[in-house]
Amino acid sequence: MAHATNVTHIRRELLVKLAGAIFAGRLAETVDRFPLEMRPRAGRGRPLRCCLHQERAVLRYRAMAMLGFSVQDEQDELEPLASYARKALRRERRDPRLLTVIEDACSACVRSAYFVSNACRGCMAQACSLNCPKGAIRMEDGQAVIDPELCVNCGRCLDVCAFNAILRVPIPCEEACPVEAIRRGESGKQEIDAEACIACGKCVQACPFGAVAEQSELVEVLGALAAGAPRVALFAPALAAQFAAPLEKLVGALRRLGFQAVVEVAAGADLAAADEQAELAHRLGAGAPFMTSSCCPAFTGLVAARLPALQPRVSATPTPLAYAAAWAGEHFPGVPRVFISPCVAKRKEAQGGCVEQVLTFEELGAALVARGIEVDACPETAADLAASPAGRQFAAAGGVAAAVAGPDSPEAEAIAGLGPETLRRLRLYAGGKGPARFLEVMACEGGCLAGPCTLADPRVAKRRLQAS
Amino acid sequence: MDPITVTICAGTACVVMDGSGLVLLEEHLPAHLKGRVKVRGERCLELCHGHGAAQGPYVLVAGEALGHASFQGIAARIEQLLGTGA
Repeated sequence: MAHATNVTHIRRELLVKLAGAIFAGRLAETVDRFPLEMRPRAGRGRPLRCCLHQERAVLRYRAMAMLGFSVQDEQDELEPLASYARKALRRERRDPRLLTVIEDACSACVRSAYFVSNACRGCMAQACSLNCPKGAIRMEDGQAVIDPELCVNCGRCLDVCAFNAILRVPIPCEEACPVEAIRRGESGKQEIDAEACIACGKCVQACPFGAVAEQSELVEVLGALAAGAPRVALFAPALAAQFAAPLEKLVGALRRLGFQAVVEVAAGADLAAADEQAELAHRLGAGAPFMTSSCCPAFTGLVAARLPALQPRVSATPTPLAYAAAWAGEHFPGVPRVFISPCVAKRKEAQGGCVEQVLTFEELGAALVARGIEVDACPETAADLAASPAGRQFAAAGGVAAAVAGPDSPEAEAIAGLGPETLRRLRLYAGGKGPARFLEVMACEGGCLAGPCTLADPRVAKRRLQAS
Repeated sequence: MDPITVTICAGTACVVMDGSGLVLLEEHLPAHLKGRVKVRGERCLELCHGHGAAQGPYVLVAGEALGHASFQGIAARIEQLLGTGA
């Protein structure tokens, strides 16, 4: 379940400040003051981290990521943000890496995932110690103690303790990552294996210290809009449910922000659904047991990395974004296309070349605030390419299955989320034992409405989508 | 006693500052406050004007503005108004 956190609030506050500076043409001149303005010496109450200085340092690194840089590339701790801002303003290609770990924010959670609580009675049985395959548990002052250097996190001690005195303390980012792409490095802080990462964004959502940050294209996109350069906005279906305003006003807001044209990617979903229906019929007719959806790049990345047996079952139909982008390319030739995305994974899809740039929902929201654009006060205008109600439902879990296999089809199943249970379910399908003929898979629980870069509470967004 | 009205700002800045979920306030109230609060969403209340979006999300509790609004903060203010707080 989504919930408000300080991490989200701080990230968005900084995004609004950066967006404002880009629009004002004063990014390099002002950016170094942002950490100080957000965390002044007086008036902000108790620091959320160990001290004011660490908070400012983390804000600096967060800004660096928002300017599109990897924190890991830092050569000189004294290099000012202004220097990064200038580099960002004149770079021609963005860094292909999508996520970076802010080491100063990472709390290097726990060395061992198991911890002996003070409920330990130092019992005579000492089952924890005797059953530990690595000899990692010793008795000290009448209590069991786990040596993190020796512990291999097998969990046997927890299973055998008669007092339930042993706790499992997860490392949230590792726990959330479905492909083990984030791991403790030699420094003790977490590191992301960019090759293994499927860009699902689960680590960004999971880290309670906000230590995983996106490397943004904010400077490129907002800089172009500020300069009056033409851009086409292609917005994901889930965007329509983010604000308490009709979709046509949202289109008006995007035009007011400076986009020359606005395309509903949900219209691409209409096209994709029709082709996916035909593909499903063809595959089933040819004897295939089932077919899966292909629109979530985190899911297709997971299949490639971890579930190769599912690969032949993944639909070959292009994603709704690909359809919408092709339409935009045809109707607005030469105008760079900006996908407005609910997630990190779509950035990875965009790197394939279907669109030129990506702005997340959060970044768009920050841009609207910086420009003083109230969505509900914008004039209602039609999108240059508008979608059907069915295409717009792609935003929620079950929407693709309904569009491809028909509403409430007993032949279809929708899986949302990449947690242990859903992974077990996917392995069932990979083993050829799944019951459905069409399997929709979304990496986020609730579908794109719950993407890691969305603005609205997914429960509220779902109500809006259903009411639209 | 009339229920206390909590008005949730649905303006763009308050949504961006993570306030959209506040309309679900009733689900998050402690049992003794349920039924004593009326929650409604409202177009931009313009409370951020002059203060900046960072102070959001905003709500009105019995007509009084509350910034950095959270379920906990709103419930605490309601408790104060009802005189039921610890």
